Amino acid sequence: MSVTRRHLLLLLPAAAIAWKHVLAGTPEVSPNYKLSEHWWSMLIDLPKCIGCGNCVRACQTENDVPDGYFRTWVERYHVTDYDIENPHVDSPDGAKEGFPPSKEQGGKNFFVPKLCNHCADSPCTQVCPVGATFISPDGVVLIDKKYCLGCRYCVQACPYGCRFINPKTETAEKCTLCYHRITKGLTTACCEACPTGARQLTDLKNPSDPIHEFLKTHSVQVLKPYMATHAKVFYNGLDGSVR
Amino acid sequence: MPGVEGFMYPNEVELQWSVLIVLYPFLTGLVAGAFILASLERVFQVEEVKPTYRLALLTALSFLLVAPLPLQLHLGHPERSYEMYLTPHKTSAMAMFGFVYLWYLMAVLVFEIWLDYRRDIVVLSQSTSGWKRLLYRAMTLGSSNISEHALHVDERVGWMITLIGIPSAFLLHGYVGFIFGSIKANPWWSTPLMPVVFIFSAMVSGIAAVMLLYMLVTWLRKGTIDMRCVDTVASYLLYTFIIDFSLEMLDLIHRIYESDESFRSLNFMVHTKLYMSHIVVQIVFGTVAPIALLALTQVLRLREMARKRIYALAGCLTMMGIFAMRWNVVIGGQLFSKSFLGYTTYKMGLVTREGLLVAIVLTILPLGILWVLVKLLPPWPEKKSGALAGVAPAH
Repeated sequence: MSVTRRHLLLLLPAAAIAWKHVLAGTPEVSPNYKLSEHWWSMLIDLPKCIGCGNCVRACQTENDVPDGYFRTWVERYHVTDYDIENPHVDSPDGAKEGFPPSKEQGGKNFFVPKLCNHCADSPCTQVCPVGATFISPDGVVLIDKKYCLGCRYCVQACPYGCRFINPKTETAEKCTLCYHRITKGLTTACCEACPTGARQLTDLKNPSDPIHEFLKTHSVQVLKPYMATHAKVFYNGLDGSVR
Repeated sequence: MPGVEGFMYPNEVELQWSVLIVLYPFLTGLVAGAFILASLERVFQVEEVKPTYRLALLTALSFLLVAPLPLQLHLGHPERSYEMYLTPHKTSAMAMFGFVYLWYLMAVLVFEIWLDYRRDIVVLSQSTSGWKRLLYRAMTLGSSNISEHALHVDERVGWMITLIGIPSAFLLHGYVGFIFGSIKANPWWSTPLMPVVFIFSAMVSGIAAVMLLYMLVTWLRKGTIDMRCVDTVASYLLYTFIIDFSLEMLDLIHRIYESDESFRSLNFMVHTKLYMSHIVVQIVFGTVAPIALLALTQVLRLREMARKRIYALAGCLTMMGIFAMRWNVVIGGQLFSKSFLGYTTYKMGLVTREGLLVAIVLTILPLGILWVLVKLLPPWPEKKSGALAGVAPAH
């Protein structure tokens, strides 16, 4: 079918409206998504993590994370038999390009992916002076960038070092569990990019989510449980030396 | 990575709170301390410190006016800071700062200064001319009644305000300590002693600042320093300093004895990156030395000139020590990783928004404001020129 001038004239107003939406960055609506039906969390199956850094790269691309800052990163632990309390840890550029071969001899090596723990009692939310950071009804800790003062109190309050100030926006930033994706039925960018399934988005309110069976049958731990933040990133096979 | 030893979480390498946040508790501490010294005369009738009363109030006001500026300059979006008043987050310690600050500024300090100076302002509004007359008339707020009865009412209300002001001053600075002390993620800050240590260190710095300013201003005006006053102020400085030092040592001993998981990391930091600012500047030169000097004046019978010199030296060392204490709290608390496996370095800019130059300007600015305030509202009753001759202070 050939495009006539008549067709073009008919298409122009539609294109103009579409272009306006593109420029305004209007988010897509998720009509079938109900906040009250979800309670998001993440499972990290540590024995499956190979330290490839795919998750870090996917996150940086998906969320336009500036260089030198991280919404997620991977740490490599080297623990010797005689000093398990003082591991040697590295994370070159957040493991964006993976890891060079380990030079450590003896002991054990393993990888630990890190991200915001989306704590149910999050200290960052508690200290925000204007409530710009908040816990959504579906259990994700989010930041309203148009409201954040950039005071950095939340960065200080996070026990896990998950927050940073975006140098472009001068506001606090961190993992959103790819909220723009999960509310449309997708998984997070990091989970999608993980080649071994070490990272799995989980919904604690969904009775058919495999997380329930997994939690029943495995020894699962959260980071720094003594902080009593009710972290929702669960680690399977977490070594006691991990900070 | 340059400046990093061991392992830091990747987002921790850059320090979040700069030298400006060091200035914030330093300036607020001077306010609280100066006010508490002023209130001694008003509430507890300590006649000896009377010559410093008005100067202490004006000093407190000068520093209080500048105290929020480092915070504003540090914000990523200072234009949104008003949101703290409009939609404060009730669980946030920082959100309450705006209210505590406004309460202290307007309900306590400005009100007390106005009541104390009201008689002088009314007299000046009638005796001066030009813009000064207009300014003083505006400052009377339409109240020109300086009858005996009116002044008596001023005196009673002023006494009440001071009485409310003392806990308010404690609240102002104890609360600043709470901002740090309530961060459970940071073991260097997280201690219930933090607000108490902040209050006493505030009193120490405020008393030292007023003592130094009183001696400096009297010397500049070629007046005679009231040694009875300075001796009393110096003795208060000594006693407060001993309490402050004891609290800090209690915190230190407790940490050393408990040796929890963070101790190894903090201990290493104090012996390396913080050695100069913590051990040398804060403890040796900024605390032990001034306490020893001040104790000397209590034990020995020294001549007036020797005492003056000792007080001046002890005062300067004290100010340096308290600044170092603020530095060690704010900067020190960010030099180690929350993984306790590494350390970073603070790189201070020179002419950046949060750099050294801005910090110096903000430190000098209160002294400039004080100069203007002293010109407008002379704190000494014996001023010979102008219309205040023979006018006694209102109380």
